[in-house]
This record gives sequence, structure tokens and C-alpha cells, in this order.
Amino acid sequence: MNHRSIALTDQVHPTSHTRLHFIWLALFYLGLAMQFFSLFDLIFLPGEWALGLSFILIISGILGYTLTIEHRKKITGQPLYTLQGNIRQKKWSAWLLALFLTTFYVLLYLRPDLLGLGKNGASNSGLIGLYDGLSYWIKGNPASEWFVYGTMYTLAITCLGIRVIFKFRHNRYQVYRTLSIIFFQLIFAFLLPEILQSFNKPYVDLKNFWPLNYYFFFDWNIDQLLASGQFGFFVLGWGTLGFLVLTPLFTYYFGKRWYCSWVCGCGGLAETAGDEFRHLSNKSKKAWKQEKYLIYSILVLVIVMTLLILISRMTGQLTNISQTLAHWYGLIIGAMFSGIIGVGFYPLLGGRVWCRFGCPMAAYLGLLQKMKSRFRISTNGGQCISCGNCSTYCEMGIDVKSYAQQGKDIVRASCVGCGICSAVCPRGVLKLENINQ
Amino acid sequence: MSPIQNIVIIGNGIAGATAALEIRKRIEASITLISDETEFPYARTALMYIFMGQVSLPHTYLYPTDVWKEKNINLLKSRVIGLDRAAKTITLTDGRKLSYDQLILATGSLSILPDCEGIDLPGVCALYHLEDLNKIEHQLLSNVKSAVIVGGGLIGVELAEMLIVRGIKVSFLVKETSYWANALPEEESQMVSRHLAERGITIIPNEEMSAILGDQHATGILCKSGKTFSCDFVGITIGVKPNVSLFSETGLNINRGILTNSFLRTNDDHIYAIGDCAELSEPAENRKSIEAVWYTAKKMGEVAAANICGEKMVYEQGVWYNSAKFFDLEYQVYGYVPNAIEPPLKSHYLTYANGQKSTRFVFHEEGHVVGILAMGARLRHGVCEAWIKQKTPLNEVMEHFDKANFDPEFTPIPFKNLKAQSRGSNTRKARNLVSFIFPFLRTRP
Repeated sequence: MNHRSIALTDQVHPTSHTRLHFIWLALFYLGLAMQFFSLFDLIFLPGEWALGLSFILIISGILGYTLTIEHRKKITGQPLYTLQGNIRQKKWSAWLLALFLTTFYVLLYLRPDLLGLGKNGASNSGLIGLYDGLSYWIKGNPASEWFVYGTMYTLAITCLGIRVIFKFRHNRYQVYRTLSIIFFQLIFAFLLPEILQSFNKPYVDLKNFWPLNYYFFFDWNIDQLLASGQFGFFVLGWGTLGFLVLTPLFTYYFGKRWYCSWVCGCGGLAETAGDEFRHLSNKSKKAWKQEKYLIYSILVLVIVMTLLILISRMTGQLTNISQTLAHWYGLIIGAMFSGIIGVGFYPLLGGRVWCRFGCPMAAYLGLLQKMKSRFRISTNGGQCISCGNCSTYCEMGIDVKSYAQQGKDIVRASCVGCGICSAVCPRGVLKLENINQ
Repeated sequence: MSPIQNIVIIGNGIAGATAALEIRKRIEASITLISDETEFPYARTALMYIFMGQVSLPHTYLYPTDVWKEKNINLLKSRVIGLDRAAKTITLTDGRKLSYDQLILATGSLSILPDCEGIDLPGVCALYHLEDLNKIEHQLLSNVKSAVIVGGGLIGVELAEMLIVRGIKVSFLVKETSYWANALPEEESQMVSRHLAERGITIIPNEEMSAILGDQHATGILCKSGKTFSCDFVGITIGVKPNVSLFSETGLNINRGILTNSFLRTNDDHIYAIGDCAELSEPAENRKSIEAVWYTAKKMGEVAAANICGEKMVYEQGVWYNSAKFFDLEYQVYGYVPNAIEPPLKSHYLTYANGQKSTRFVFHEEGHVVGILAMGARLRHGVCEAWIKQKTPLNEVMEHFDKANFDPEFTPIPFKNLKAQSRGSNTRKARNLVSFIFPFLRTRP
């Protein structure tokens, strides 16, 4: 018997695309092309008009395409997730997308001048110049590469978040969770820091706690905050309260998900833009082992680095080593791991690679969740039919099925509580809950 | 008793696979698990998800493939063609003989195919084995536009979903007045029928197939009433029967399935029968002698394993439960819920979410709950089981019903909702307003 011919992954459903879908896609690519051509200053429109038009095309393209696809999936009875399609199977289009994303990240971190950042007071051109108008409008300054990145990031979370809400409109947990992600990204990560800057206050993302925000205790950050008066003290106090008190407290009551799946931008992007790549996470025991080694090493590293920096600040000793460590941490973990691998490799490794293998905040939250939290995924008696949907679509690579089969509750440091295992379970076996012991 | 050297298990479904692992937990004997279907034990229940492209075959393996080597369980992909009880051997299709000290029969079921004209035509398929998927896939290559599914049980609706996803028009031919009316009470049966109708499925009630029409390929079906329905594909899901024909001449006591005592042992001390192929000689009250579902098979695997290892464990049927999904409509049943509820039993039926969800309590005249059936809602297994086992009075169950809620967080609790609806309260008005402004937030039925 030839199993390969069984609809494993080769066949694409006949009902997937109509002409309308191609029109929406064309709009999206047109908007994207405008951004691309602006790199070479080939857009012959006033900046604001070009950016506005490009955003309209991109937003309407993404929403039109994804919402009509999801709607069509619903009326034709297609499953919520599928393994089918070139891009989900690490074929050429997945590699192309990965290449595109990683190139963008490399330029962003290492050569923003190639994106058009004006050096030494020169005015911006290219892609970054395209965003000047919006930047002036929001904060009265020209755009930086981070403003461009932040805008794109927020756009991705918002548009694809709307898609997730539409797709899971029958599941309130997913709806509320995604609304929360969009809210925190749009207000706390994007608008608030930019607006603060326009009031001559330092750029702070109030939801980005140490150790994810590894530079919180760096000299330049503390100096900058201390220099900005009362507001700076508030931020220092809030940030310290955040990782010392709020994080353990919320994690005790709700599990790590309060941050990873409801607030955090890294997780937020994985949950929205990375939604179709969930099945790519590695479910093997070996990957689980690597995950534990890597993530806790990075947590230790960030703690050692922070302590060294604080020691050097207070005593003036160890300055060299702490600064070298900070430099390399920022480059290798902060930029390459979280950006280039974390997002660039979405179509190859799945959406939560950074959250699973790299994020020190996830490690900290995970330890709290494992040791002292009410949160768990409960299994409904012996009702698991071992179909494997839960494990397949767990983006953290947890073999959920192996627990459900045995009727065991799932308490794992890595579980971010996204709730997809419960949503795809055809027998209602899994429930995320905070148990009052 | 001499130590057991050799244990052979025929059938690697959930019953056989569970038995193998449970035996390994207890003793060191050699264990051979034989199947001609797949190399590794997989979840048959996931066939539809494989077909729909949601998972692939390896995702449905019951355990990671290295477990079997790790536990030293020998997986053999072959077909058993003979059993010699006197010599305690089985014969494989290649002529090889395997001897056993203890044999477990877990051969599962076969789809029932009516003995009618045209049953062998291309375009006629059942759904039980992995091979059936292959067959269906192959049939669908020939431009199938419409299908009739004969028999409307749980497998039928899975097949319907598989076909609908491929854009095929589906009709159900059922003997009863509505979908699965021989198992579901009328209201629930109607609810499922409505749900199927929303998916564009036609239900043809009160009809029985007498022949399949067509020369080269199925082109339609003929009913006993004389009516014909044309289609390009005929799905046969009228039920399953124990797969026991191999053992009919071996002297094992067989009725429909292989008869077993409460230890799941057959009339041969060295042979056990578990799962779909086993028939209990003395089933519990209100329970069937053959319960061909996943959960019972798994439990039987555990019990047979314990008994083989000398533990003397009785197979208790316990409180019945089952669950399924009709497209988006989830179904869970606990305890005894017959399709026709007659004295001394009574039932209390509540619907909510505009009739899209329901809960039914079946209770004894004396007041205690004997069964709960939920449509569109998830209930907590342990809580429902305890209520039924402890003969909890209906009013107590209703009062604490939120304890049984297992829906995802933020799903409205049904009974609060019910009150709100009956009062036409402000919350309801507010909700209507919200869902008017944001239609995508409307709860999917």
C-alpha cells in the first residue's frame, strides 16, 4: 500500500483560491512593492502620499485576502489549520520569505544606512525617508530605523491579529487574547514611547520588563532616566516593581500566559503573523533538552551581565568586562537571536523559536509557572483519542498528546497558554485554567 | 503458574497497543504486536484529519516511534491467517508460525457492507482502515460531484465532513426519521440534522438502500421504496461488526464478537479478547455487550494486561461516556441517555444560545441523575461521572452545574445565559448591540 498518496500534504484543496483572492493579493504586493522601490527613491509621489497609499494597499490587501480566505474556509468547512500548501512545508516560498525577512533584519541591525538612514545629521532618504512624514506627525522628529521597524511590526500584529480574531470568532479566549496583544503593541510598544519622545521624555516601553529588556540597568539607560526627573524615577520604580513583584504575582494567578500570550510583542507577532507556522516547531525530546540548556543559560547570562554592570556602576570596577559582555549580548542575543533567527526563520522553524529557546523573560516566567502557579492545562478524564492535533499545532513544541493520553494535567515551564491545543482538540479534552488550590 | 515467556497480540489498535505497554510495565516477557495495517500503532480516530490535511500519519502515531524499541516491544507488520490453540501457535501470511504462552486478540472491527448489487463498484467506499482513505482519495480523482452516505452514525458524519471539504455535495440516507435517531433523543437528533443542513447536507429519512446503480462506476442508489438517488460516490457507514471470522473454526466461543468473561478471558485460558472484537458474556445493566469505542478499548487493554500478569482485575464497564463532533457541534454523553426516555426515567432538556446548544439531564423518578448529554458544550468528566455514580439528585446537579463546565475560558456559562434570555435583560440587549456592531464576535454555533 502506498501511503504517500494519502492526502498527507501533497494535495491542495480545490476550493482554496478564487479570482478575488488574487486581486487582494495583488493590492498587498503593490503596497509592498512601493515600500521596496522607496529604498531606491523610485517613488515619485510626495512622501506622505506614498506612505499613505502604500499602507492602504497593504492593509486592505492583507485584510481582504486573509478574511476572505478564512470566510471561505468556514463556508466550505475547511479545518482551522492545515499542513498543506507550499509555504507551510518549507518549500521554495518558505525559504524565499525567510531570506527576505532575515535580509531585512540584517540591514536593520547592521546597515540601517542602506535603508536610507541619514548619517551625521543628514536627512533620511529611501525607506526610512518614506516614514519621515508619519514620524513628524506623531512625534515631530524625522524617522529612525526603529520607528520604521516599529510601524511595520505594529501593522503586522494589528492586521494579522484581526485575521486571528475573525478566524477564532467562535472562541472568546482567542478573541480577547488577540485584542489584548493588539492593544499592548499599538499603545504601549508603539504609540506611547513615540509620544513620550515628542515630550522630550526617554523612549520607554512600559510593558517590556527586565530581563527581556536587558538594557534596563545599563548605565546609559539609568543615566537617561535619572536625567528626566520624576518621570524617570517612575519608570525605574515601575520596571523594578514589574520584574520583582508584578511578574511573580501575575504568574502565580494566571501562569506565564499573562505576559507571553496577552502582552508581549514577541509572542504577539508569533501568535498573529506566525499563526500558519505553528506546526513547524520541533516536538522531539532532543529539542526539549536543547531548549532547557539554551534558555536557562541565557537567563544566567543576563543575570550575570546585569550584576556586573551594577557592580561596575557602583564601584567602578569590572567596567571593561561588563561592557564587553553587554556589547556581545546585545548583538548576539538581542539582535541576532531575537530578530534574525526569531522572526526571520518563522517559515522554517515556527513562530516561537525566540520564546522557546532564547527569551530570558520566558525562562524566568517558566520557572515561576513550573514551581508556583495556579495555571495548568487540565485534561478531561480519559477522553483523549490520540488524534495528534494538539501536539501538531503547539508552537512551543510540547507533546501535549502524551499528557492528554494519560489523563495528566499539563504543567510545563515552556507553555505560553496560547490555547490553540484546546481550540483544535476535536473532543474538548483540554482546558486552560487557573486552579484555586 | 510457569513464568510467561511469549505474549502475542494480534491487532495494534488502541486496545492492543495499550495492552502491550501495560504488560511491559509489569513483566519482562517477550511481547509481539502484530498488524497488517501500519508499521506503528496510530490513532484510527484521526483518519479524517489525515484526509483533510490537518495532520499527517506520523502525527497520529499513538506514541513516539522510539518508544517501542525502548520498551522492547516487537512490532510485526504481517497478517495472521491461522490459530492453532492445541499447539499454541499462530500462522502468519508468509507461512511462519509464532508460538505464544498468552495470546491477546484485538482484531477490531470491519465495516458492515450490505450484501447488495453493485457493492463492489468503483465509487463505493466505507471508512475504517487507513487503506480506505487511499481508496476514497483514488475514487475522488474521477471528478466526483455528489455523494450519498448510507447510514448516519458517527463515522458517517466524519466521512461527510471529509467530502464537504473537497467541495462535494453530500446527502445522508437514514433508516430513521432523522440523523442518528436510534442513539440520540429526538431534540438532539433534530439539532444535529439542522446543523448538517446548514452545511448543505440533505438528509433523506425513512429510506433503506437496496442496490447500488451503475455499470463501470457507481451512479446512484436504489431504495427499498423504489426511489432512486443519483450520485457519483456512495459511502457505506451503516456500522461495524467484530472482525472475528478468522477464529470461527477454532473452538473459541463466538456470538457476534469473541465471548469473554469479566476478566476478558475467552473460553481458552491462554487467550484474551479486547476492544471491538470482544463481546462481554455478562454486560452491566443498561450496557451493551459490545461497545466498539475508543475509550472502552483502551480500558480493556489495561485490564487484560493486568490479568495476564496475574493481577485478577475485573473489567468494570463503569459510567458510560462518549464524545464526538458533528462538524462544529461537539457532543458529549455521560451515563445512560437512551433515545427514547421512558418511565421510570424522565428527562429535563435545556437549550440555549438560540437553540444551538443544549444540555439534557436524564433522571430517575426518585430524583437522581442517571445521564447527562451535552451538545455544543464541554463538560468535566470527573464531575459528571461522580454525580452519576453517587446518584446525585437533579436539583443538586443543576445548582452546581457550573462546576462541570469545561468550555474554554470566557465562554458564557449556559445557565446564567438561560436566565438572561428568559428575562430579556439588559445584558442580553447589550450583547445584541455588540454583536450587531461587531458581527464577527457572534458566537459560532
